[in-house]
Amino acid sequence: MNEMARLQKRKLALYGWMLAAPALALMSLFAFYPAIATFWHSLFTRGTSRRPSVFAGFENYGDLFADPTFWTVATNNLIYAGVTIPVSIIFALIMALWANAHIPARSFVRSAYFTPTILPMIAAANLWLFFYTPDLGVIDQITGFFGASPTNWLGQPETALASVIIVTIWKEAGFFMIFYLAALQTIPPDLREAARIEGAGRWTYTRRVLLPLLMPTTIFVFVNAMINSVKLIDHLFILTKGGPNNASKLILYWIWEMAFAYFDSPHAAAMTILVLLVLGLVAVAQFRLVEKRTHYR
Amino acid sequence: MNSAMTAVSNKRTLPDLDKVLDTIGAWTLAIVWISPLLFAAWAALQPSGTALGLDFSNPLTFENFTYVWGAVTWGEYFTNTVILVTLILAGQLVLCTLAGFAFARFEFKGRNTVFILVLLQLFILPEVLIVENYAIVSKLGLFDTALGIGLPYMASAFGIFLLRQAFKSVPVELEEAARIEGCGWMGVLWKVYVPAAKPVYLAYALVSVATHWNNFLWPLIVTNSPETRPLTVGLSLFGAPETGVDISVISAATIMTIAPLLIAFLIFQRQFIQAFLRAGIR
Repeated sequence: MNEMARLQKRKLALYGWMLAAPALALMSLFAFYPAIATFWHSLFTRGTSRRPSVFAGFENYGDLFADPTFWTVATNNLIYAGVTIPVSIIFALIMALWANAHIPARSFVRSAYFTPTILPMIAAANLWLFFYTPDLGVIDQITGFFGASPTNWLGQPETALASVIIVTIWKEAGFFMIFYLAALQTIPPDLREAARIEGAGRWTYTRRVLLPLLMPTTIFVFVNAMINSVKLIDHLFILTKGGPNNASKLILYWIWEMAFAYFDSPHAAAMTILVLLVLGLVAVAQFRLVEKRTHYR
Repeated sequence: MNSAMTAVSNKRTLPDLDKVLDTIGAWTLAIVWISPLLFAAWAALQPSGTALGLDFSNPLTFENFTYVWGAVTWGEYFTNTVILVTLILAGQLVLCTLAGFAFARFEFKGRNTVFILVLLQLFILPEVLIVENYAIVSKLGLFDTALGIGLPYMASAFGIFLLRQAFKSVPVELEEAARIEGCGWMGVLWKVYVPAAKPVYLAYALVSVATHWNNFLWPLIVTNSPETRPLTVGLSLFGAPETGVDISVISAATIMTIAPLLIAFLIFQRQFIQAFLRAGIR
């Protein structure tokens, strides 16, 4: 009997592996192997037909750190993350509160907030081109009405990154809104009543009751916004191409450019590894937080 | 009864001013948020070359759409995107169902370690690994094919995770009942678990379709012919400023490419938002 049970258990284990195998194989091929291969290739020089690539240790990383473009791009991406993450979260929260309030035409309001989410980033960029075009674009038409001179929003270093940031916020705030919306719907209305009886005003209720209850959602949204600040770069291809003079260039766009426009894959690989390191740290932090907050459920 | 009472007391205690301000605020933001889309729709209907000035006296015209449709092989791009999205979804459904089932219902050595590796893939974004994945896809001879675009996304960690959660919440009694009727493992999966997880499948499918309909960077890298290029890549090439196409034409092309998804969204709005919600909550 015992023997049979053991046999049965081994059979089940084999079954489990077999079921998971196809997915694991593909995942290894397109996630784990390339991550390791990227690291390996980042240690070699760029080979040419005359000079084959040779082992260079961490030289490529040294080159990156010595390259002023690296610092510009890294700073840009930090600003990009530093603005898009909190601002999208705040917008998302405000949108959710409004989309959850008893106001007329609520479903219109809700879909207006959410619509940008389903558009391709490329299309979103095209839509915004119409806003940013100097002199003739919507923004300059409005500012021109008040006597301001036309501005080349995408073409000057002072405003290019900001213009890109606005499109990202526009695109992702509505997406984050629905997570808050879902969380808000699980909060019992009695809570508000109770707070009111206690004499808490609207602001106090929001700050002392709502925000702490929404904390798990905020963490989730925060991690997603962080990943997006690496990932969402498609609009650069339409709006600025990272210019002028690298003023709006972000890391992933730079990786693409190094690898596929300048054919310098060793340096692109080194940069990729740096990004993966940061994402890995985010992953570890996220898992820790999830473990901590399990008691919420 | 209870809700009616709170509604009444709400009316009395909540100053109406708050509600008015809420409404004005919510509407203003909604109009601002939707305005890029409205302006583009309006620009697309203006005669080419005149569109940018906010002059509402021009007659509306569909000539931009006719021009855009004739200029590039959009029909092909549409077909490519539909094929791509279907292929990816089909692959994801099969692979993630099997793997999700394995992680939910089978005990095997190293299961938890492997599952953590799977979760880690949520952070190793395919977008970041473009350099190596390009090399792999080329080596497999899949460069410039729909399979080449789709393959890296098929073993989706997100899908495995979602389905594992869904399968775990299925009561074991259901499984036992099916076994008594003579089902094997595959029968149990197909007759008990898959039907029970239907809403999760729907949610995941909608998210997957929307994501890959909109995906750009990876398809840009692994395609180089109109026969495989998806809509987003086609649109980016068409709209590139250096081609000198004017804004009303770009707007027409943009509106045209987003129309199917937009219409689908407006029709299935509720399901769509529900789907995103369900898929997003981990």
